Amino acid sequence: MIIKQVSVFLENKSGRLNEVTKILADAEINLSAFTIADTSDFGILRMIVSDPDKACTVLKENEFSVKTTDVVLAKTPNKPGSLSKLLDILQQEEVFIEYMYAFSMQDEGAVTVIRPTRVERCVEMLQKHKTELIRADELYQF
Amino acid sequence: MIWNEKIECASRDEMAAVQSERLKQTVQRIYHNIPSYRAKMQEIGMLPDDVRSVEDLKKLPFTNKTDLRDNYPFGMFTVPMSEIVRVHASSGTTGKPTVVGYTRNDLNMWAEVVTRSLCMAGVTRNDIVQVAYGYGLFTGGLGLHYGTENLGATVIPISGGNTKKQIQLMQDFGSSVIACTPSYALFLAEVMAEMGIAPEALKLRVGIFGAEPWSESMRKEIEAKLKLRAIDIYGLSEVIGPGVSCECEHQSGMHVNEDHFIPEILDPETLQPVAPGEVGELVFSTITKEGIPILRYRTRDLTRLIYDKCECGRTLVRMEKCKGRSDDMLIIRGVNVFPSQIESVLLEMSETEPHYLLIVEREGTLDVLKLMVEVQEQFFSDEIRELEKLKKKITHNIQSTLGISVDVKLVEPKTIERTAGKAKRVIDNRKI
Repeated sequence: MIIKQVSVFLENKSGRLNEVTKILADAEINLSAFTIADTSDFGILRMIVSDPDKACTVLKENEFSVKTTDVVLAKTPNKPGSLSKLLDILQQEEVFIEYMYAFSMQDEGAVTVIRPTRVERCVEMLQKHKTELIRADELYQF
Repeated sequence: MIWNEKIECASRDEMAAVQSERLKQTVQRIYHNIPSYRAKMQEIGMLPDDVRSVEDLKKLPFTNKTDLRDNYPFGMFTVPMSEIVRVHASSGTTGKPTVVGYTRNDLNMWAEVVTRSLCMAGVTRNDIVQVAYGYGLFTGGLGLHYGTENLGATVIPISGGNTKKQIQLMQDFGSSVIACTPSYALFLAEVMAEMGIAPEALKLRVGIFGAEPWSESMRKEIEAKLKLRAIDIYGLSEVIGPGVSCECEHQSGMHVNEDHFIPEILDPETLQPVAPGEVGELVFSTITKEGIPILRYRTRDLTRLIYDKCECGRTLVRMEKCKGRSDDMLIIRGVNVFPSQIESVLLEMSETEPHYLLIVEREGTLDVLKLMVEVQEQFFSDEIRELEKLKKKITHNIQSTLGISVDVKLVEPKTIERTAGKAKRVIDNRKI
């Protein structure tokens, strides 16, 4: 239930993001979701990919600073109030969030990527409340 | 006015005689009191009696900054601490400062050479001298202070910083001389302009500027903006402090007080004397100091010597403005910075070798130090907060070790150019 998110250190200069995506494309790695956290002079690219280990290897070969971080992917219906319900559970169970990002498609539901302070507890609590979590084997089958 | 005409205008032969006598005594003093230097002499089979005149100086071993560091704090002193009446210190290469001690006689000699320097600059006892060098462990403030008092001029011991107050006192007290770093002089001019104070409204006529390298174009700029004559003064704490040499009103090289400090110019590679008039590394031997006499100290400053008689009448040899350094030391706002100091700060924060690049710029009138650090894996965190924390920590650790503020920028691995396996550590963009 724990997914490995790949994080890359990027400077704020043009073309850097594209370089990462090219390297991943050449390695035939698919991106499911990504977000960029930015400051005035640098950013962190966080990605959910089809093969995190391989992504790390190829990016390191190209001299990027890379790290994997454990995250939880919660799947909710794609309709109003779903995220609110999810957050209610986390708040109630005292699972604190470092950061999160989400994506949704018309009929497939919505997926929220959560980086909690305590990953194990987050998984446990969401399961207790019958929230659908995406498994690694589902995600990495591309 | 020439403060000590007898010696400042002595013939070369007279000077050589004085130097020879004093050098012989200094060699004896050091040989019998400093084991580390005695060992160096013994290694090349030299005895103090082998030094018969100043001509024999070139046979003696060198003293490096590391010798002072290895003997930290007082190991190079040749008198008991009861004879030492003051210590000064400058920043060292590994966080440990370089410590120097002065006896009563040393302080008198120092005041004498600073007084001579002030006279060279055209300062008289009727002047009001505002000393805006830092007072404290740094030699600048107290060095100028006692030289000014010895001359009989009025000293305003305001120390560094506090720019608006500096300008206010210039107005209220009618300061006619300002002593500070040349970059601070430009900063003063800038703040004066902001305050709407014209230099003509002040009584400033002479500036005694030193402690950092500056160019002829900077001199012109300072002279135009402050309406004074900008004089270059040279010194380093290992030799005495300010007053080792100073320009006269003709501004054509700094007269070395060579009856106290003998200069040599050597090829920094071969350590052999260069041809007369050639540029090389400046090496000093002190021949009257008691607290911490030092033989053939490698200053790492590059310059050349001019032995022609000066229009001012002095025969003291002149050294040109320093043209650079034979090591990688940077002087930023009067603070000596070695890239190795930055490296050790970064090393303390991680297990592996850090990759970094120092960029020095002159923004307006002040030097700015920028530090690019590659975010290698050991530094990388997935959280912005952690990276911001890292940035703050680097800034703070450098500030507390070197006493200088630095603008840290985190960059991607391998963005810093590596040349022949070794990274280039410093880019100095200052036009000085």
